[in-house]
Amino acid sequence: MKQYAEAFTAFNRDAENGWLKSQRIAAFARFEYLGFPTSSVEEWKYTDTKALAKREFKLATGYNQSAAAELFASKGLTLDAYRLVFVDGLLSPELSNLEGLQEAVVIEPLSQALATELELTCGMMGRLAGIDVDVFTALNFAFVNEGAVVRIGNNQTLNKPLLITYLSMANDAAVMSHPRIIVAAGANSELQLIEHFIGEEEAQNLTNRVVEGIMERNAKIHHTLLQQPSDKEWWIGRIQIDQKRDSRYTSHQMNLGGKLVRDDLVCDLNGEGAECDFSGLLFGRNRQHMDIHTLVNHNAPLTNSYETYKTILNDRSQGVFNSKVIVKKDSQKIHAVQNNANLLLSDQAQINAKPELEIYADDVKCAHGATTGQLDLDALFYLMARGIGEEEARGLLTLAFANEVIDKLELPEIYNLVETTVAGQLPHKIELELTQ
Amino acid sequence: MIEIKDLHAKVEGKPILKGLSLSIKPGEVHAIMGPNGSGKSTLSAVLAGRSDYEVTSGSVTFLGQDLFTMSVEERACAGLMLAFQYPVEIPGVKNVYLLKAALNAQRKARGEPEMEAPAFMKLVREKLQFMKIDNSFLHRAVNEGFSGGEKKRNEILQMLILEPKLVLLDEIDSGLDIDALKIVSEGVNSLRDAGRSFLMITHYQRLLDYIEPDFVHVLSDGKIIKTGDKSLALALEERGYDWVLEEIA
Repeated sequence: MKQYAEAFTAFNRDAENGWLKSQRIAAFARFEYLGFPTSSVEEWKYTDTKALAKREFKLATGYNQSAAAELFASKGLTLDAYRLVFVDGLLSPELSNLEGLQEAVVIEPLSQALATELELTCGMMGRLAGIDVDVFTALNFAFVNEGAVVRIGNNQTLNKPLLITYLSMANDAAVMSHPRIIVAAGANSELQLIEHFIGEEEAQNLTNRVVEGIMERNAKIHHTLLQQPSDKEWWIGRIQIDQKRDSRYTSHQMNLGGKLVRDDLVCDLNGEGAECDFSGLLFGRNRQHMDIHTLVNHNAPLTNSYETYKTILNDRSQGVFNSKVIVKKDSQKIHAVQNNANLLLSDQAQINAKPELEIYADDVKCAHGATTGQLDLDALFYLMARGIGEEEARGLLTLAFANEVIDKLELPEIYNLVETTVAGQLPHKIELELTQ
Repeated sequence: MIEIKDLHAKVEGKPILKGLSLSIKPGEVHAIMGPNGSGKSTLSAVLAGRSDYEVTSGSVTFLGQDLFTMSVEERACAGLMLAFQYPVEIPGVKNVYLLKAALNAQRKARGEPEMEAPAFMKLVREKLQFMKIDNSFLHRAVNEGFSGGEKKRNEILQMLILEPKLVLLDEIDSGLDIDALKIVSEGVNSLRDAGRSFLMITHYQRLLDYIEPDFVHVLSDGKIIKTGDKSLALALEERGYDWVLEEIA
């Protein structure tokens, strides 16, 4: 704790007096009060933060431009998009590109928004992910300084996806970053947001990222989170979405590893017709630990939520899946589906799966299920008996398990990356049009 | 083609095959019949390479090679194909992908170049038509939700595309109605030639009306106890197995 206190004092000391400075102080006090969660905290029962708490992280003061550019060039997505790139939490102007934004759309780095439109920005910040949400969100708020502000005007469709890339570098000393992404999607607006986390090999940093998104009537957000941390890296993520009437939020999360990767995804369905659709893949190797917690609050009638998460665990990796759906008393005619399937590829891999439903209304349709299993040996034998090598056969079956969630990835670049990670190099796919 | 000598095999510690010998030459069609529990399915499983069957003694030479030194996929690539009695469902893997992956794996093993997509699709469509299977089948997951008849037709379709040298047909007739049996038999017969052999395992003589064997063997208690021609199958159908057992005793 002491190191955080020192870092915080140095960080906030010179900030201008005002709401932000005092909020940060309050946030840090909250963080100190709560401390790192122990296993007696229900939400953290299966994810141990002791090792994380012992680590020392500093705020980055700069970064090596050419190393960052190299990492981005080798692993970054190349799709045509508005780009914001952060290196160890610091904005990289040379790798970012927001040129050609349409009118009635604002996308800017948080640091810039705080410098130019302090009041407006502060008004948006913490509305959904304030200091009282949880300890890491409080920590994020204490150090809030960089990230993005995205405002899409009414009736606007963002004409290119927004790609936010977090580069985490292998530094001599581990660093921490606390990016915050604030999205306000106007009525009838549409936005595709892709977040890509890339860890340099041997990087051992902590990234504690918060997204808060307010969606007005009939707004649509397609949100993809692709995580490729190094094996030594820590990621804590929180997404809080507030959905008004008829809005639709979709989330695809592809979690491909890290030492400890924990994500919380919360949607409040506050208006009739609001709908959210979550899907995700957690793919663990070695001693990686990955944890997804979702919460959907059906606060209004006629709202829908769909969740499909798949976990594939190799070696001694561990996974946690916890999803909760709460249907409020007067939220009638809602539809909620939670699906979770887990594939354990090793005897020592472990999954803790817990779908939960709390229903206080009486006219609802809810379904949930969680299954855990291993590769079907009969299917494996069948493929091999047709001449397919064991490694490829295993890859095919593993991929088949994940298909339901990765087929939802619309960008071929991300799809191919995930497919290769999950299944290894499979022989070339057949062009679909040839088979019609 | 294949030379099985004094084969003994166990399943879960229990001896099932107890000295089975059988020789199949290129171009021959053999049928093995026998009562339940005589070891028919064990034989096909051992030949295909299932790991839960333990070979305790004996030898099998397939095209001059010791079969038991070959992995499952090596056996397949060398031209041995087992048409399963119960083909497994493989959700998430499309038929078209399995066919292409299998064909190209086998071609690669033979040192041939991979087949390009257009040529492959032409081949597949031709065989689909022959087996009276709809094109939409290609995009369905392997055997998922298939009826018994569809699964068996799928086995034969794979056979037509992979063109193995030795085919083990494990109760290919079970669960088939007459129409499906005809289609399956036509598929098998279309591949019969001087260089290819078949070993059919069946309970019923009916199959042999459609696919005429050169030899019929009676398997009992893990051994072949009688060998004859097609008329032996008719006799079995008529009189059961007991008289063969008595004759031996």
